[in-house]
Amino acid sequence: MRIRCPYCGERALEEFTYRGDATVRRPDSLDPGAAQAWVDYVYLRDNPAGLHKEYWHHSAGCHAWLVVTRNMSTHEIVAVEFAEKGASK
Amino acid sequence: MTTARQPNRLGEGGLIDRSQTVRFEFDGAPLAGHPGDTLASALLANGIRLVGRSFKYHRPRGILTAGSEEPSALVELRTGARREPNTRATMIELYDGLSAASQNRWPSVKFDVLAANQLFGPIFSAGFYYKTFMWPPTFWEKVYEPMIRRAAGLGRGAGVADPDHYEKAYAFCDVLVVGSGPAGLAATLAAARSGARVILCEEDFRLGGRLLAERYEIDGKPARDWVETVEAELEAQPECRILRRTTVQGVYDGGTYAALERVNDHVLKPLAHEPRQRLWRIVAKRVVVCAGALERPIVFGNNDRPGVMLAGAVRSYVNRFGLAPGRRAVIFADNDDAFRTASDLAQAGIEIAAAVDGRRTPSRAAQEAAEAAGARYRAVAVIERVRGLHGVKGVEIRDEKGRERMACDLIAVSGGWNPTLHLTTHLNAKPQWNDRLAALVPGALPPGMSVAGAARGTYGLAACLAEGEEAGAKAASECGFAASASRPRASDESVTASPLWQVAESKGKAFIDFQNDVAVSDVKLAACEGFRIPEHLKRYTTLGMATDQGKTGNANGAAVLAAVTGRYIGAVGTTTFRPPYTPVAISAFAGHHRGPDFRPARLAASHGFAEEQGAVFVETGPWLRALYYPKPGEEPQDSVNREVATVRGQAGVCDVSTLGKIDVQGKDASIFLDRVYANTFSTLPVGKARYGLMLREDGFVLDDGTTARLAEDHYFMTTTTVNAVKVMQHLEFCQQALWPELDVQTVSVTEQWAQFAVAGPRARDVLQGVVDPAYDLSNAAFPYLACGEVTVAGGVPARLYRLSFSGELAYEIGVPARFGEALIRAIMEAGAPFGLAPYGTEALGVLRIEKGHPAGGELNGQTTAHDLGFGKMLSTKKDFIGRFMAAREALTDPLRPTLVGLRPLAREDRVRAGAHLIPKDKEATARNDQGYVTSIAFSPSLGHWLGLGLLSRGPERHGEIVRAYDHVRGGDILVEVRPPCFIDPEGERVRG
Repeated sequence: MRIRCPYCGERALEEFTYRGDATVRRPDSLDPGAAQAWVDYVYLRDNPAGLHKEYWHHSAGCHAWLVVTRNMSTHEIVAVEFAEKGASK
Repeated sequence: MTTARQPNRLGEGGLIDRSQTVRFEFDGAPLAGHPGDTLASALLANGIRLVGRSFKYHRPRGILTAGSEEPSALVELRTGARREPNTRATMIELYDGLSAASQNRWPSVKFDVLAANQLFGPIFSAGFYYKTFMWPPTFWEKVYEPMIRRAAGLGRGAGVADPDHYEKAYAFCDVLVVGSGPAGLAATLAAARSGARVILCEEDFRLGGRLLAERYEIDGKPARDWVETVEAELEAQPECRILRRTTVQGVYDGGTYAALERVNDHVLKPLAHEPRQRLWRIVAKRVVVCAGALERPIVFGNNDRPGVMLAGAVRSYVNRFGLAPGRRAVIFADNDDAFRTASDLAQAGIEIAAAVDGRRTPSRAAQEAAEAAGARYRAVAVIERVRGLHGVKGVEIRDEKGRERMACDLIAVSGGWNPTLHLTTHLNAKPQWNDRLAALVPGALPPGMSVAGAARGTYGLAACLAEGEEAGAKAASECGFAASASRPRASDESVTASPLWQVAESKGKAFIDFQNDVAVSDVKLAACEGFRIPEHLKRYTTLGMATDQGKTGNANGAAVLAAVTGRYIGAVGTTTFRPPYTPVAISAFAGHHRGPDFRPARLAASHGFAEEQGAVFVETGPWLRALYYPKPGEEPQDSVNREVATVRGQAGVCDVSTLGKIDVQGKDASIFLDRVYANTFSTLPVGKARYGLMLREDGFVLDDGTTARLAEDHYFMTTTTVNAVKVMQHLEFCQQALWPELDVQTVSVTEQWAQFAVAGPRARDVLQGVVDPAYDLSNAAFPYLACGEVTVAGGVPARLYRLSFSGELAYEIGVPARFGEALIRAIMEAGAPFGLAPYGTEALGVLRIEKGHPAGGELNGQTTAHDLGFGKMLSTKKDFIGRFMAAREALTDPLRPTLVGLRPLAREDRVRAGAHLIPKDKEATARNDQGYVTSIAFSPSLGHWLGLGLLSRGPERHGEIVRAYDHVRGGDILVEVRPPCFIDPEGERVRG
């Protein structure tokens, strides 16, 4: 697999480290009512057969955290963005 | 000339260099061949056709093919440490001094004791592993399995380390072409002429593919001339690279291809500094697969006898290698293409006993081809049985008129061709059944791939050339290069086929998979027992397993399965083709990453100094660190005891450069640290350091370390050695993905700073000789947990931190890495009058265990802050990573095993790490298990072993006696539960 890093261009898979689901949002840790949201955030992950957003770290390159939109069935990469922009709001 | 010693070598012809002789050895017999030979062709030229014994039945086996699909002719190549088992004789390029041996036979290939297995044929039927050896169960490990392993199996591994080396290489191109037959050469030429960067991979040592084996003409001249012309033109193209002896093994995402180049398998041993093999990773924008097709045999009685050979292979041996694989041949086929063999045999002076056409209707083209070569054409006829044991002696033919016996020593067999579509399916595309071709053809193709020629089911020469050229030009133009056509002239031969698959009336064992000894009877039995899907059939009968992965057997297997189960063959399906296409040695995948070179070792700044001192090193994470510094006559434990005592009594110096070091700067640096640490850092004054605890978002401890505040907006963080990378990645995630609005930057400076701990009651005295006199190190001016910038050795910038891991008066001093080695020498010199000695990580560990500081054994990913006694550090006033989940009831339950110190009741007892903690008078069962020992050390300060452990309700149980039960090593001692800190619990020394 090859990922096109916005800084470095297209690079081979082994330069990157996978983290996982980029669609989850960190809940408020000061909200006592957020227990279920926290359990979901920490433990629950979707594994859709189709497009998915994932965090990847360009660990052997520029150290940018990326959000990669990838087809989980074909491994086709549709979009790569910096994490600060790419995570779904 | 030594051709006289090669009885089956033809007088002329072939792509071999008859002016030179190559000497080799097979089963100890000295033989000769020529450059251009393979081991298989040289053996055939020498009249040797029995080359091994089969896997299960030890049946005599010969050479079936002339390529990498060979199932039968597996030999042990080379001797000693370079011995390689199960090597296909058809793929071994002959070289001077080559030595090979037949396999799976004892005492000799002609007389093999275990051939008696054939008498027990019924025992070795499909699924025999699962059925025959079921009872009694205990017999499996001790009796059956060793017996089967001795009887079955093929070659022997070398048993010692491979003396050769292997490397990995990377290449990038516009167009990758796989295979150099007519389609591949036409594709490469079209793409290369456009100026595109092209790589052509050819498995053989010679370009040309089938063109080398056939008597085709292109542009009115022998096809081999065209191959040479094209080759010369490609060699002259600067952007075209030809990789011979290179098999493309796999297709991966994003246009990535793996290819194995056999760089030095064709010489006695690799030249110095050259690898034996090279594993290429090729990234290509487009790939044109021109991998050709694989001929399949027909299934008939005793069709595995040496002398039964695929018709295409017969033509290869006659035309390319200039030899006669037999004296009197029978052709048995179900397609017109195979009957062209008649003319090649006749031209080589080989008699043709009969041309047996297994199809239901006679073929005019086949009849003409046979009769033109003077062969008798037998329509609607089959071979029912082959006669001869160690080699073909004759056949029994049956046609509409009846049966006939016929003498022959060669059977050229062809059941049609299967497109070599393996590479098209590696990314999960399914091949499709084509009725006209009676074969699977490529289905949907992965992005960037096209297929041309026989690999696509296009068999005529002219059609292959045209299709290859078109595919090459299209691939180049998709990469932005303009290609033009040249259209070499050739004609298409007749390839009409109608599959026979198997001779139903076969007498004797009729084999489908030669390598695994799977016969028609096995498939029938398996189908009867419900294994009706090719994937199940494969696992149950082993059909299509091992080195050839069914390249010659799978199609016939599917056909027999279809017939037995009464299904349409197109509906039966196929097993999945996975990489690699042919066997690849593990060494090639490993490349240079072997033994100590598995990964690069990182060396601390003081490594050279430590080596000089005779230090013993240990791997910690990616680093090599000094474990201890032995003095003459010391046992390892003596050295560690001395180093610990030196730190407690005088002073010691230890390289702590391997700790992760992270520079954190920015207006919001303190907010950022408050969020990543469980405790608070915004309140830390400038010029002070503080211990910090990091949690994971699930509430468990991630890492710990000390962080110093160098300025309002500037912190210097340390992490544990092992977690340095993980923590850096975590901080970057927090900064970039969670809180991009914070004005903060982090950077790893682990490599930039060399850092040393100087610890012991004389540490201050030592450092005063190193730090420039302008800096006041007195306790009042530079108290415990102070930090600041100083200079050393007359102006070298340094950072000084008053931190202690040992519990003694201690400092850490950091200098830019290039001064690291000079600094430790300066510290050693300044420390000499005070008895300073270097100490290693073992003493470091003992010191921290005596002090009860948690480290690797306790920060094991399963412990919480509460477990480690740090519950009060968790801030309640701010958000931080792990805050919410750490507060879960189960994570703060006092029943959880919590950090305690452990002291053996009998002082001579040794505490063992990993021992389970059980109440004193209770049985050692899982139910009574209340925790375990995490770290142990012999404490020279106390004169006995001690340990740290995690014990349920630990803090409430100080003074209680419990069992430390070590089931693995048989230890069972009583220990007293204590507070974790054994030395100076009030912490007076660190503040002294």
